[in-house]
Amino acid sequence: MDPKLDLLYRLADDQLILGHRNSEWNGLGPILEEDIAFSSMAQDKLGHSLQLYSLLHQLGEAEPDTVAFTRNAPQFHCCQLVELPIGEYDFSLTRHFLFDHAELLRFEALATSTYEPLAQVARKLRGELKYHVLHANTWMKRLGTATEEAIERMQRSLNFTLPYALGIFEKTDAEAEIISTGLFVGEDELRSRWLESITKVVAQTALEMPDVLSLAPVAGGRQGQHTEFLQPLLDEMAEVFRLDPTADW
Amino acid sequence: MHQAPCTKHQVLEWLQAVKDPEIPTISLVDLGVVRGVEVDEATGNVRVHLTPTFAGCPAMDYMKRDVERTLLAHGVPVVEVDISLREAWSSDMLTEAGREALRQHKLSPPPVLDHQVLDLDFLEYAECPNCHGNNTELRTPFGATLCRAVHYCHDCRQLFEQFKPV
Repeated sequence: MDPKLDLLYRLADDQLILGHRNSEWNGLGPILEEDIAFSSMAQDKLGHSLQLYSLLHQLGEAEPDTVAFTRNAPQFHCCQLVELPIGEYDFSLTRHFLFDHAELLRFEALATSTYEPLAQVARKLRGELKYHVLHANTWMKRLGTATEEAIERMQRSLNFTLPYALGIFEKTDAEAEIISTGLFVGEDELRSRWLESITKVVAQTALEMPDVLSLAPVAGGRQGQHTEFLQPLLDEMAEVFRLDPTADW
Repeated sequence: MHQAPCTKHQVLEWLQAVKDPEIPTISLVDLGVVRGVEVDEATGNVRVHLTPTFAGCPAMDYMKRDVERTLLAHGVPVVEVDISLREAWSSDMLTEAGREALRQHKLSPPPVLDHQVLDLDFLEYAECPNCHGNNTELRTPFGATLCRAVHYCHDCRQLFEQFKPV
């Protein structure tokens, strides 16, 4: 695949799927502020995915709605981390923490991409993503230093989620060209920045940071291999769209 | 009858009437969402450049229609509205009048960044729109709309909303 398309599909699909998962907290948040926070982040992420699908459209791919709502799971390039069900709040929070630290660093790096339209979008998104990271850090620190139960749950979530989070950085065949043409610094570099960034926050809690680089990443998502949870999510997401794909909203 | 084409200045005056759909005291011009106006001297047609405050802002289509409707009502023959991120919105694009309009709506205006790095500590700072003090605390970075955060004033003992710095 063309390196630009390859990179954009991964970015856009991550945003769309995690945005949809975040929206599932609407009405269910443990406190009202968290209900609003996850719903707001859902809205941000859907907006971000639209910007990225619009870039794909400019490069000759189909309309954003068509791309978002008519593909099946094997055509998606998201990492498996984002498609997992929301589970308990501790898992959703941990996923949000691990994903958004990577996302902020990714878009900070993309702000100087040689592909100027993507650099423009990145310069917009990175400011917004700071709020996501701020939110994640606040709750990691709060729950990671709270009661025994809170610490125990957060630790379990961290241990469970980290191998999936490493799947964010799964490389594709286009990786060498993406780096050599200056589109992006590359997944290995991003992973090392990410590890430093999350380690600093975890160090301010009672949680123990596992030896991350010795963990086996849960990969495959970037190649279209997904968990059993993605297709039902896509079916639900596209249910209304598929009733009448030509409807004008 | 042939009408002389309007000037850019006039268009900006007219656009003062177009307010943010969720903050009726502030115009799109003072919000910094209007990034440019071009008038075609030959035809009098107008092109307006808009940029969203937040990429996922659901009010953009509404703002676009409102700009078109307003300028057409002033006799502009053809209005084109272009929405892009070419010049990404930053809260420093708010005008002084815009900051005052936010205060009138009891929204705390974002602190001026002036090219400083938007670090995480910065996001936690806000001035209370009631007592103007800064003995305040960020309660949650997400409020009623994407562009608002919720803070608490320890002096007034009240929650208030802030237009987020970004």
